[in-house]
Amino acid sequence: MATTITMPQLGETVTEGTVERWLKKPGDAVEKYEAFVEVSTDKVNSEVPSPVTGTIKELLVQEGATVATGTPIAVIDDVAAASKSAPATKPAETAVTQEDRETAPPKSRDAMAESANLEPVPGFNIPQLEVKSAAASSGAPAMVPPRSNGQREEAALRGVSPAVRRLAREHHIDVRNVRGSGTNGRVTADDVLAAAKLVPSGAPKAAPPMEAPRAPSKPGPGNTSTYADPIPGTTIHLSSMRRIIAERMVESRKTAPHAWSMVEVDVTNVWEWRKREKDRFERDTGVKLTLLPFFIRAVVESLAAFPLMNAKFLTEGPSIYVEKDVNIGIAIGLPANLVVPVIKHADKLSIKGIALAAGDLIERARKNKLSTDDLKDGTFTVNNTGANGSLASAPIINAGQAGIVTMETVVKRPMVQDDDSIAIRFVMNSCLSLDHRVVDGYVASGFLADLKKRLESMGPRGAL
Amino acid sequence: MAVATSSSKVLNNVEAVRDTLYEALKSDDRVVILGEDVGARGNVFLITKDFVKEFGTERIIDTPIAEASIVGIAVGMAMEGLRPIAEIQFADFIYPSFNQIVGEAAKTRYRSNGEYTCPLVIRTPYGGGVRGALSHSVSIEALFYHVPGLKIVVPSFPADVKGLLNAAIDDPDPVLFLEHKKTYRLIKGEVPDGHYVIPIGKADVKKEGSQLTVVSYGLYVHWALEAANQLESEGMSVEVIDLRSVRPMDRNAILQSVRKTRKLLIVHEDNKFGGIGAEISAMVAEEALFDLDAPIRRLAAPDVPAMGYAMPLEEAYMSSPAKMADAMREMVKF
Amino acid sequence: MANTPTQTRKSLERHGLSDDQLKAIFRTMLLQRQLDNRGFQLNRQGKVPFALGSEGHEALQAGAAMAFARGKDILAPYYRDLGLSVGIGLTPYEIMLSIFARAADHNGGRQFPNHYSSKRAGLMSFSSILAAHIPHAVGAAYALQYRKETGRAVLVTFGDGTTSEGEWHESMNFAAVHKLPIVFLCENNQWAISTPLSLQMGQPDIYKRGEGYGMPGEQFDGFDPLATYDAVKRAMERARNGGGPTLLEGVCYRFLAHSTDDNDLTYRTREEIDEHRKDDPLPRFENLLLESGVITAEEVAALKKDVLRETNEATDKAEAMPFPTADDLYKHIYEGAWEPWQ
Repeated sequence: MATTITMPQLGETVTEGTVERWLKKPGDAVEKYEAFVEVSTDKVNSEVPSPVTGTIKELLVQEGATVATGTPIAVIDDVAAASKSAPATKPAETAVTQEDRETAPPKSRDAMAESANLEPVPGFNIPQLEVKSAAASSGAPAMVPPRSNGQREEAALRGVSPAVRRLAREHHIDVRNVRGSGTNGRVTADDVLAAAKLVPSGAPKAAPPMEAPRAPSKPGPGNTSTYADPIPGTTIHLSSMRRIIAERMVESRKTAPHAWSMVEVDVTNVWEWRKREKDRFERDTGVKLTLLPFFIRAVVESLAAFPLMNAKFLTEGPSIYVEKDVNIGIAIGLPANLVVPVIKHADKLSIKGIALAAGDLIERARKNKLSTDDLKDGTFTVNNTGANGSLASAPIINAGQAGIVTMETVVKRPMVQDDDSIAIRFVMNSCLSLDHRVVDGYVASGFLADLKKRLESMGPRGAL
Repeated sequence: MAVATSSSKVLNNVEAVRDTLYEALKSDDRVVILGEDVGARGNVFLITKDFVKEFGTERIIDTPIAEASIVGIAVGMAMEGLRPIAEIQFADFIYPSFNQIVGEAAKTRYRSNGEYTCPLVIRTPYGGGVRGALSHSVSIEALFYHVPGLKIVVPSFPADVKGLLNAAIDDPDPVLFLEHKKTYRLIKGEVPDGHYVIPIGKADVKKEGSQLTVVSYGLYVHWALEAANQLESEGMSVEVIDLRSVRPMDRNAILQSVRKTRKLLIVHEDNKFGGIGAEISAMVAEEALFDLDAPIRRLAAPDVPAMGYAMPLEEAYMSSPAKMADAMREMVKF
Repeated sequence: MANTPTQTRKSLERHGLSDDQLKAIFRTMLLQRQLDNRGFQLNRQGKVPFALGSEGHEALQAGAAMAFARGKDILAPYYRDLGLSVGIGLTPYEIMLSIFARAADHNGGRQFPNHYSSKRAGLMSFSSILAAHIPHAVGAAYALQYRKETGRAVLVTFGDGTTSEGEWHESMNFAAVHKLPIVFLCENNQWAISTPLSLQMGQPDIYKRGEGYGMPGEQFDGFDPLATYDAVKRAMERARNGGGPTLLEGVCYRFLAHSTDDNDLTYRTREEIDEHRKDDPLPRFENLLLESGVITAEEVAALKKDVLRETNEATDKAEAMPFPTADDLYKHIYEGAWEPWQ
């Protein structure tokens, strides 16, 4: 019987070895434990002893050759060969199971009710057959007949994952009406999305015919991508936050007739003031000093002069409520989201106070640490649309307020002065979207003119 | 297959560690290496081979067999302005220095309110699959990742090893640098030339996918990739994230992936109870519950003290690409 | 314990210290005792939750401090080294900030009192864990040697109890192998909380262990500040000039319990303590200075008054300072962000 000798592993992390010298040649006798070859690795050199007594039959590797551990290097004709048994493999950890869901056909009572649905028969208390929910009707795939037992709802929702619950709620899908393609008939998130017609139906889980492995990094079955990383040709499921944003924008536009105006402001002095203060401010407080707190300070003063801009239209009456507090919302655009945290009582804060409050809200917004309290009770909103270079914008009013004012980008322009000379000045536009139910152009333009005047008279120095 | 370009080399993990240490010693006089057998022997895996000839015995220090003071002396060197890289010969030997790591190094900056700092690197080979039995196979990250003040990294690709080792050496705080010994010579990869740093705390998506997120590190991330490739040939799309850094851990990488795939499988070599997977599961359940379409699952070692020397015992303890593929398949189909 | 013979003014001179230096040693001893007591007073007033005393160590610490080269040497002390810390330059105000755990404390109020830290003075930050600081001291000494900074050495102190810890042994060994510029000074006050010397070690003369490690060992009277000064100065000079490490043992006695959390009469007798009190180093050194004419009785009275004034001022100033805030909890964990999930 022949024994094949393989390259041994001569160290814990060694993966290959080199045959340095054969100590025997084909035909030579060899004793068990007698060295028959010299092998080296980068860790250690060794003589390898024969596992059997016999005769060298064949040498499979040349001297000087390097082969991976486990590679056959020689064959010995011997008396007995060791038999190897593959180590018993432990079964994989038990699969995650979920409760089975009942999918039995309707009971006989329902069938009777079904056929009697056209006209109720007096004296019989026939349960109304639950019609398939609106979104699930008319040709949607993968439906099972519904049943009219209240307990079924609970049974159906047992074993439903959080993602399925949420998606079903968001898309108004009744999970009971969806056939599950997951293990044991589980309704999966993709099943819900298919039911909502957001995902092409039909076996997202079916394996295609065997083919050579494709290059990775394409979205798989379902063709979805995320808001943060949109891919052409895919659908993005709206998170609840994005859905709320969409709904609120529609509501605001629908209820408030939006009008728009703009002024051009010479911010050279206030820009100079900020430049003068910013390094020390940042050093002392750790917060960056931008133009925003100066702007907000001017806004709250103009709101004091034009209180109708800090008001809201009420359908009760109808009437206009003039707000007592001045709570300025600052619109902050995040990668996948838009939040408007509020600086409460901004009219009572100095420029420094506004800068610190805004800095804190912005940082917490970026870290996703805003509380619900931070986001409520705004009475007027400031939007720094100029951050990315915008010269004019027409924002949508935050529902429940009378207006929203922007800071556009600051540019250097040649401006004609009072004495007809030309000077290079820092210029910034400010735009206002207003609720025309609350204010007319008279108030709105007065507000903007007042804001312009205040901004142009701020700086180049002063107390923050 | 890794191919060298003019600005990169193909190295295995031993070479990646070696080259990085060499460059660090050359470029910064404050860097010293101390440990058992690091000098004349060049480290038991030859990582510091011939270093002592070039840098001298005062920079490549062969210490007595005294793990507590290997770390403790390194702490003192770090407090006094050197940049010591202490080596514990096998992670299984690290326990005597537990006090110096957890009670001293991790707390030096905190207890002195920032007046003293401890820029220390502790390197040690860990992990099994090498017939190492009870004292040459252990995983230790779960013992230490609990400790504020420490950083822990576990890169297992050569390019990651270089970038993270450089980051660890530059870091002003103590870093535990864990090297999976089975990957030392097994894993080869392209390593860019020149000095670069990978920030500690950033995971890396090693394979993109859409139906399942697999989070892993060490030797197991390579096996997870093998399993994911197998599943790809079966038409399933699995995303594999290499944590690379266990403290701090990359929250956004994990959440972004889970929100996309809705299913999470954590695979690690360490025991299941109280392992890294437990913290990841808790975080994901807290932050992305309503994105999960399946229970979070952890594939980890059974909760027994060690893998045995006998092959069946080692194999029963460790996972495999096939076991991982089974778990992945089940979750994709769930 | 060794007995110290009465010395004349002439024999004082052999220590090479000026009158001002001798008075400075005495003042440090007085200040240590005063600040020490103040900690206990505040504890009994309910103002601070914990106090730990060093009575009995005054001569040892003041003498060692005089041999310490400010601005050059490094000190790695333990939690009973109030006098040594003050002796190398920490102010009573800094001591009191530590006792009151105020935000302005070097450690931001994070550590127990007596756990000083001062980069300015060369005092290495340490924890409450016995012997954990000794490898740090050895590492610092290695750094000095590595950078070829002759003229600098590390003085590491510890009690008798600490010499039982493994890390003490490992540190002694390593320092001897590399002939590091370090002096291991044991303040043997003969008690490790409740464990007497006889239960701690088979070899009661700690200094003899030095030979076992390959370094010189020397014992001196820890109640004699000048014998201390001599021994520490010699050893520090040896270390600074490349002569390698020394193990020094100053024998003194712990007059008080281990701390306010200890009741020492559960393990020793009043009589034993009183017997050792007869050798209290403070009145002993005061008498020596008076007898040799270095100081007058009026000067002594003025000195004591001034030490009390300085202690009172430091107490009041520190007590008025604010505590750290809840936000301070998150600072100085790493150089960057503190959160584990990032």
